[in-house]
Amino acid sequence: MSASVEAAPPAEATESTWRTLRRGLALSPELRTGLAGTVALALVYMVGRVAVPVAVQRGIDHGIVGGLDLDVVSLTVVVTAAVLVVTTTCGYLMMRRLFTVSETALAGVRTRAFRHVHDLSMLHQQSERRGSLVSRVTSDVDQITQFLQWGGVILIVNLGQLVVTTAVMLAYSWQLTLVVLVAFAPAVLVIRLLQRRLAGAYGLVRQRMGTLLGTIGESVVGAPVIRAYGIAGRTARRLDAAIEGQRQAQQKAIRISIMGSSVGELAAGLALAGVVVVGVNLGVDRTLSIGQLTAFLFLVTLFIQPVQIATEVLNEAQNAIAGWRRVLDVLDVAPDVADPGEQGRELPPGPLDIRFAGVTFAYPGGPPVLHGVTLDIPAKSRVAVVGETGSGKTTFAKLLTRLMDPTEGEVLLSGVSLRQVRFDSLRSRVVMVPQDGFLFDTTVGENVRFARPELTDAQLTAAFVELGLADWLDGLPAGLDTPVGERGEALSVGERQLVALARAYVADPDLLVLDEATSAVDPATEVRLQRTLDAVTRGRTTLAIAHRLSTAQAADEVIVVDRGRIVQRGPHDELLRDPDSVYALLYASWLEQTR
Amino acid sequence: MLGRAIREQPRIFAVAVTGSVLFGLMVIASAFVVGRVVGKVVVPAVARGSVATGTLALAAAALFGISVLRVVGIFGRRLGAGYMQYRLQAAYRRRVTRRYLDLPLAWHHRNATGTLLSNANSDVEAAWYPIAPLPFAVGTVVMLVGAVVSLFLTDWALALVGLAVFPALFALNVVYSRRMAPRQARAQRLRAEVSGIAHESFDGALVVKTMGREAQETARFAARAGELRDALISVGKLRGVFDPMLETLPSLGTLAVLVVGALRLRQGAIDVTELVSVAFLFTVLAFPVRAIGWVLAELPRSVAGWDRVRRVLDATGEMPYGNTTLDPATPTPATLAFHDVHFGYEPAEAHLPGTEVLGEVTFTVPAGKTVALVGPTGAGKSTIASLAVRLVDPHSGAVTVDGVDVRELAAASLASTVALVAQVPFVFDDTVRANIALDRPGIGDEEVWAALRLAEADGFVAALPDGLDTVVGERGTSLSGGQRQRLTLARALAGRPRLLVLDDATSAVDPRVEAAILAGLRAPDDGVAPASILVVAYRRATIALADEVIYVEHGRVVARGTHPELLATVPGYADLVTAYEQAEQEREQTRTYDEVTPLTSGLEVEVDR
Repeated sequence: MSASVEAAPPAEATESTWRTLRRGLALSPELRTGLAGTVALALVYMVGRVAVPVAVQRGIDHGIVGGLDLDVVSLTVVVTAAVLVVTTTCGYLMMRRLFTVSETALAGVRTRAFRHVHDLSMLHQQSERRGSLVSRVTSDVDQITQFLQWGGVILIVNLGQLVVTTAVMLAYSWQLTLVVLVAFAPAVLVIRLLQRRLAGAYGLVRQRMGTLLGTIGESVVGAPVIRAYGIAGRTARRLDAAIEGQRQAQQKAIRISIMGSSVGELAAGLALAGVVVVGVNLGVDRTLSIGQLTAFLFLVTLFIQPVQIATEVLNEAQNAIAGWRRVLDVLDVAPDVADPGEQGRELPPGPLDIRFAGVTFAYPGGPPVLHGVTLDIPAKSRVAVVGETGSGKTTFAKLLTRLMDPTEGEVLLSGVSLRQVRFDSLRSRVVMVPQDGFLFDTTVGENVRFARPELTDAQLTAAFVELGLADWLDGLPAGLDTPVGERGEALSVGERQLVALARAYVADPDLLVLDEATSAVDPATEVRLQRTLDAVTRGRTTLAIAHRLSTAQAADEVIVVDRGRIVQRGPHDELLRDPDSVYALLYASWLEQTR
Repeated sequence: MLGRAIREQPRIFAVAVTGSVLFGLMVIASAFVVGRVVGKVVVPAVARGSVATGTLALAAAALFGISVLRVVGIFGRRLGAGYMQYRLQAAYRRRVTRRYLDLPLAWHHRNATGTLLSNANSDVEAAWYPIAPLPFAVGTVVMLVGAVVSLFLTDWALALVGLAVFPALFALNVVYSRRMAPRQARAQRLRAEVSGIAHESFDGALVVKTMGREAQETARFAARAGELRDALISVGKLRGVFDPMLETLPSLGTLAVLVVGALRLRQGAIDVTELVSVAFLFTVLAFPVRAIGWVLAELPRSVAGWDRVRRVLDATGEMPYGNTTLDPATPTPATLAFHDVHFGYEPAEAHLPGTEVLGEVTFTVPAGKTVALVGPTGAGKSTIASLAVRLVDPHSGAVTVDGVDVRELAAASLASTVALVAQVPFVFDDTVRANIALDRPGIGDEEVWAALRLAEADGFVAALPDGLDTVVGERGTSLSGGQRQRLTLARALAGRPRLLVLDDATSAVDPRVEAAILAGLRAPDDGVAPASILVVAYRRATIALADEVIYVEHGRVVARGTHPELLATVPGYADLVTAYEQAEQEREQTRTYDEVTPLTSGLEVEVDR
């Protein structure tokens, strides 16, 4: 286990917002469903925003200033009210459509990204922090949906309001419209500049948030170590530093954000003053009525609102876009160990034989771990791979189960290259039990059933009996229904391995790969398991990565790996004949340990 | 809760509220200035057909001046509110994480990692979220009161329109929040569940992959994501109903002002100035009043977040440390003793019986001796190890070090006296040096290297790209299981503990390396007294090094004595430790019986394909 202290600064792609939106739309074409209708409804909805200033203008010009006429005023008001009822209804319909379509599309994106993460190779999964993968399908998508629910509608409506308001202003007086635009032009420029700084500031906030989450996570997951080593003080200092760092970043961001809205506000004041000065002159020249000028003052506030709100909402928009970009980026990573899918081949029926043909493997950026290994393992044989820590023996298991692809050469099962085998065929025929037998937070029974959901409780119990684990199962507080806790932590490490083994056993594979699968189990149980496994895996191929040489003794054949090469192979007894061989030395040390 | 916020940050709150009130008053002022400009400047000018330059300049200056004051108000409000919110969040994050450090492991066991993470993160954030808009809300209330007062000063009939519209707007807001709250809560809960599934599924990615269960896992995730989608759509639909209504209501108010205003104008009760002022007031007030609705809508989420934060802050069961200090002038091995210790984990689910894991456990690790703890899988060995270093406290009985109950020891004294190397190694995402030294005083590079040598880890650490400065852990260079174990072993050794507890801590280390490590522990090369050692072990070599063996089964000490004694007298023990030999003997026998059909080595069998 490990935890991260510092999150990598999120690689803020420089890709433009439009490109992200295009990519996003291409990925979720359903977002376009009924878009025209929704936009039409939104436009009608926006008309409601300018209805009042227009009514004020008509009321003042025709019913009030030029001699009071209550009928004109009443008529104007009634018509406007009717318009408002229509626009309000359109607003409801628009939001209803928008939310239904967008949430449906985003739920689809979320699920697709989830699946995609599982399709990525183990190497890729490990190169990302687990938490950051989780946030791709959780907080990043949440950010988009939250934005759409809050800011999105506000943004759309306000941008529309800006357009409609400008149109109405132009209809009343192009001169005054020009005044308003001139007053706002510098503000828009400044806001654009601030926007860029703000994006940087929010990037820093996210990065510091990542650091903070990592540090908190470490203090939670590492609680036993922190307690055992009395380093609560050190941990508290690190937490405080992370918390403080994040706060500083937030404060910086809000300072920039406030500058943006202040500039907008000042521009509004400037526009109001300009409209009055120019408007009065136009009024004197009789090019503008009093009602129109009054309406203009109303319209200017309608013009300010969107500009101000836009500065706020655009920040949210940027966060949402960044979240979307991160989701898209994950989806864009082509799985380097890909399922050939429909074009793929099935593994031939019956027991599987194994062939490594000139296999070299190196982790990205590292030296080769395996050097040109060529190896044939016949079907139905039971093989143990032994070697010192770091000799490359686990790499065998990972290549054989196609968790990774060789850098050079290929791995074949019954003559079929693994790269061509369909995953559903591969995964149902080849099962690996890793050393860390991860358990899901449910019951013992459900964990074993993971591989084959159709099994009944009786069949599960039978599996434990066949593996000689009936006593252990009986000793659990609630048998198959015993909860295993988060990651199986309610069970001891050895017990977790027992459940993981049972899980692989019921999967009934033709090739079983055991990667130190019983390293934490007591010797008596291990020997018993070995014996029962020998019996139940007869007729299948098994490959066991072992550091307890008892496994090697029981195997048909032992493959000895040393520094990425196969140095010896053969039955246990034969390998021992050369007393200076790697195996003989390993065995001697093993004997020393166990006798 | 809001009161608490104000108490904790009074000054900054005052700044924010002052700013907000200034803003609110300026909003009202702007309406009346606009009204006056229309009534006293525009209408006369148009009527006269000439512009009075001085008056016009004054009007423009007034409009711009009000904007400047509004900006000042915005600055005070947003900066104050933001700083207040962030400070409170930071303060509570500190408090919550302090609790994590103070609360016992038993409490940690009862709470899922994800829950604890979101308690310190999103719950704290949610709890203080309404703080930012709070000054805004205060300012808006002042603004509303000011608006109603100024309406009454202007004209009672128009004021009545205001009294009809604004309370209606407020009531609509309240209904909206009430109906929204349960929907939001449901969405929030589902978000957490979706996140939980993703966390677990990606944690177990290897199992999902090797068993080919991607499709089923995706289905499990998609089902919950679908529920979340439906919850969010229901939130959206409600928003669709209320948002347009909330927006239309003030507009209807303005229209009413036009009608009523025209009537009053005819009666001569008001003039054009006042009519325009009031109409404008309705327009500018609409937005702040709606914004209050957003604050109200966030309140339930905030209360829920606060409840969860409280649960952490109020959790009890700390394991307070005592004041006794053990550290003698010259380091000598410590004596560990268990006196009739009973222990049980709390059941994971209430309906399940809480099983007693340990009962009547009594034994001693004498100073300088090595004691091996042996027993079948699930016998309670790891629990004994945890008790020995006081990760958990016994339900009854006592654990003592040098005769002092571990509960009475000071934290620093306990940590410098005993060290546990756990079965599953935990490596911080930090450099090798930091992982081993852990900032403990007196552990420099020299001590780190000495510890690494003792743990047989100096070789691979020296070969790492940056040596001691190499970052290991989740994002760093990945280490093999055996390498991780040796790092955590070095971490324990670097502190020169007087009692070392090894919980099967070399299971992933090769036998040869393990032997070397154990030999080193027994006889440190630089003349340091060897520590007392309690070692959970299966390997006979390890057991053979022990001065005494304690054999446990089902949480009870079944037998204790030297290895040969137990071998001779305890059948269960003999079965366990000689399992490999017996297996080999059986194989030998099988081989003799199978002479006719010798066990074929795989090599000789050609597959019939």
